[in-house]
Amino acid sequence: MKKTVVVGMSGGVDSSVCAYLLKEQSYDVIGVTMQIWRPENTCDVSDNGGCCGLSAVDDARRVAEVIGIPYYVMDFRGEFQKYVIDNFTSQYVKGRTPNPCIECNRHVKWEALLKKSRDIGADYLATGHYARISQLENGRYTISASRTSAKDQTYALYALTQDQLSHTLLPIGEYEKPDVRRIAEEAGLPVAHKKDSQEICFVSDGDYASFIEKEDGIVVPGPGDFVTPDGTFIAKHKGITHYTVGQRRGLGVAAGERIYVTDIDPGTDRITLGSDEDLLTSVVRAEDVCWMGLEGIRPGEKVRVRAKIRYNHGGEMGVLESDGDGCVKVTFDKNVRAAAPGQALVFYDESGTYIYGGGTII
Amino acid sequence: MIYLDNAATTKLEDCAFEAMLPFLKDEYGNASAVYEIARRSKKAVFNARKQCGKLIGASPSEIFFTSGGTESDNWALIGAYDSYRRKAGADGDANSNLLSAGCGHIITTAIEHHAIIRTAEYLKSCGVSVTFLKPDSEGFISPEQVVSALREDTFLVSVMTANNEIGTIEPVCEIADAVHALRKDILVHTDSVQAFGQIHMDGFAGHVDLLSASAHKLGGPKGCGLLFIRDGLKVAPFIRGGMQESGRRAGTENIPGIVGFGAASEKACLVLDEKIKKEVMLRDELLSRILNMDGVIINGPYEEKGCSKRLPGNISVCVTDIEGESALIMLDREEICASSGSACASGAREPSHVLKAIGRSDDESKGSLRFTISEHNTSDEIKRAAEVIADVVCRLRSGRKHL
Repeated sequence: MKKTVVVGMSGGVDSSVCAYLLKEQSYDVIGVTMQIWRPENTCDVSDNGGCCGLSAVDDARRVAEVIGIPYYVMDFRGEFQKYVIDNFTSQYVKGRTPNPCIECNRHVKWEALLKKSRDIGADYLATGHYARISQLENGRYTISASRTSAKDQTYALYALTQDQLSHTLLPIGEYEKPDVRRIAEEAGLPVAHKKDSQEICFVSDGDYASFIEKEDGIVVPGPGDFVTPDGTFIAKHKGITHYTVGQRRGLGVAAGERIYVTDIDPGTDRITLGSDEDLLTSVVRAEDVCWMGLEGIRPGEKVRVRAKIRYNHGGEMGVLESDGDGCVKVTFDKNVRAAAPGQALVFYDESGTYIYGGGTII
Repeated sequence: MIYLDNAATTKLEDCAFEAMLPFLKDEYGNASAVYEIARRSKKAVFNARKQCGKLIGASPSEIFFTSGGTESDNWALIGAYDSYRRKAGADGDANSNLLSAGCGHIITTAIEHHAIIRTAEYLKSCGVSVTFLKPDSEGFISPEQVVSALREDTFLVSVMTANNEIGTIEPVCEIADAVHALRKDILVHTDSVQAFGQIHMDGFAGHVDLLSASAHKLGGPKGCGLLFIRDGLKVAPFIRGGMQESGRRAGTENIPGIVGFGAASEKACLVLDEKIKKEVMLRDELLSRILNMDGVIINGPYEEKGCSKRLPGNISVCVTDIEGESALIMLDREEICASSGSACASGAREPSHVLKAIGRSDDESKGSLRFTISEHNTSDEIKRAAEVIADVVCRLRSGRKHL
């Protein structure tokens, strides 16, 4: 019997080709766009070319028509608000730098959408991510790098569970971006030349601070002090939500040398500014760890890994160890720069091919 | 395909289709012109005015064609407001002006279609006070409720004839009479989009001042509606730029649409008793099968025999432990067309303000399903639909346990 798969369609070229490929592979394909926007910022999201606005619905619907698959819009506004936006703002207020794509994948796409997909009788959920799923010799499922190193979207998928992975298809991982565009063109998909979405989909202009200020129920931290690494006052700053670790531009501080945000202390609202060197660290710790290719790590066990500390980080070699209380640490062979609390530490096998697991940097 | 979403739209009636055909091609005359082909168009429009008016006991001169129910609702509210402001300004003494006359007050309900609610909210933004009456648990608004909400500056009351989601038929004529008994100057409007041609409304023109209807809800074409304006009533135009519709609604007439609307209305007039009887029979059959399942709450009025205060073809239920959204998709895959709350432009479900107003919790509303039957449905279709609905609900509930 034909297997049924729900494809999460954002209206972009990757998820469109994903739906097309699965249909070609004789799956019973259902296209779904997640409605995640709230009515009052509909314009913001669609103007941004962001992934799930109203214009995205129109694009996805047209693609579904061309491919010849049923298409639905499902309402996930409640889940998106709770797991993505509320988390984003509360993390920022705590001086952290969250990655909302990770939360969206984890709680909205692979929890809520996968559940609804299974409710309506689907066997799998598929998305247009540049990543693949493999089953390792130890029997565990893991996310592995796509065929092309030019596009790697494994990082934001580290939090998926074994059950979720066993019900997931990622056909785009077998292709390179130019191939995907070519397939879209040949299949006559109307989004073949649509530009890739950038930025965080729900913040239209990259101005996170003013987005956070507009959120209900958030007490936005007020101005505080910029200080030197030894605690000397430099100047006042606008409030910690305006800054992120590693930031250089927009500090409004004149200094002889290049200075960066090296630390944000939400308790005192103090932001430490330092040199590039002050951003370097060899040990990165993470909490809320999710295990994927590895089942876990025993106390005292050391595992050689390649680890990434942000989405576009190439990865560095290091040693993974347990750090007590369900936390882990990676000691890097070479210093890494600007590991921001709130971002994910994702550790891969030594070749950087597949994910062992990951956690949130503390 | 089994079509059980006749409150969203209906299939074009054969009689309407055939009546429209000549006007789509050969009978292209602009009704405003002087020559023969134009006269034929004008005559066809007049004929349709008669046909539509008959359903509510209105004379042809009281029927004004529009682009649909939404325009009619917008026109009724905004037109009434414009007229009120002008009158308030003109009636005032030398010291009075528009500002001191205030912006007035309108009364409507919390369960109106968005065409009314959004327009009322727009008027609110213009300074009008708006009272949204809350219905009882079956969706009813009482004349007493309306009367006790009246204020000195009330200029309009708008209560829908029948609710699109839960099918409740409001006592509109009684409301109009109660209001007019106290204040002849207050306009009473009713949005009859769901009721026009579905229930007997013969005497409505003698009670209300304004009434909206739409062609595609009774087997006419999309893109055509009407506003009934009681003879002698001054309501400012909403669309300006021509002398069509006695100078009250500008724009070249949608002649094929109007002709189709007329034909569908005429048919509805002729077959209404029969149609209601059949719809009630099919509706009760499907409803009793749905009620055989556990955890089903009926929305709107319900009596064991004959729901005279409910639209004949309407079933609205909340099914516990399922999501209506998922159920609709599964029904679609079995080629059964139904709805959950109102359809919206993006195709996504909006939480229903109607279900909220009659006291359903957000959780209950999530499992809402609406089936709206027409006289063209068959007993076999109803049986098949009932089986599929039961199966879908069962699958959704068992899936929930496993995960």
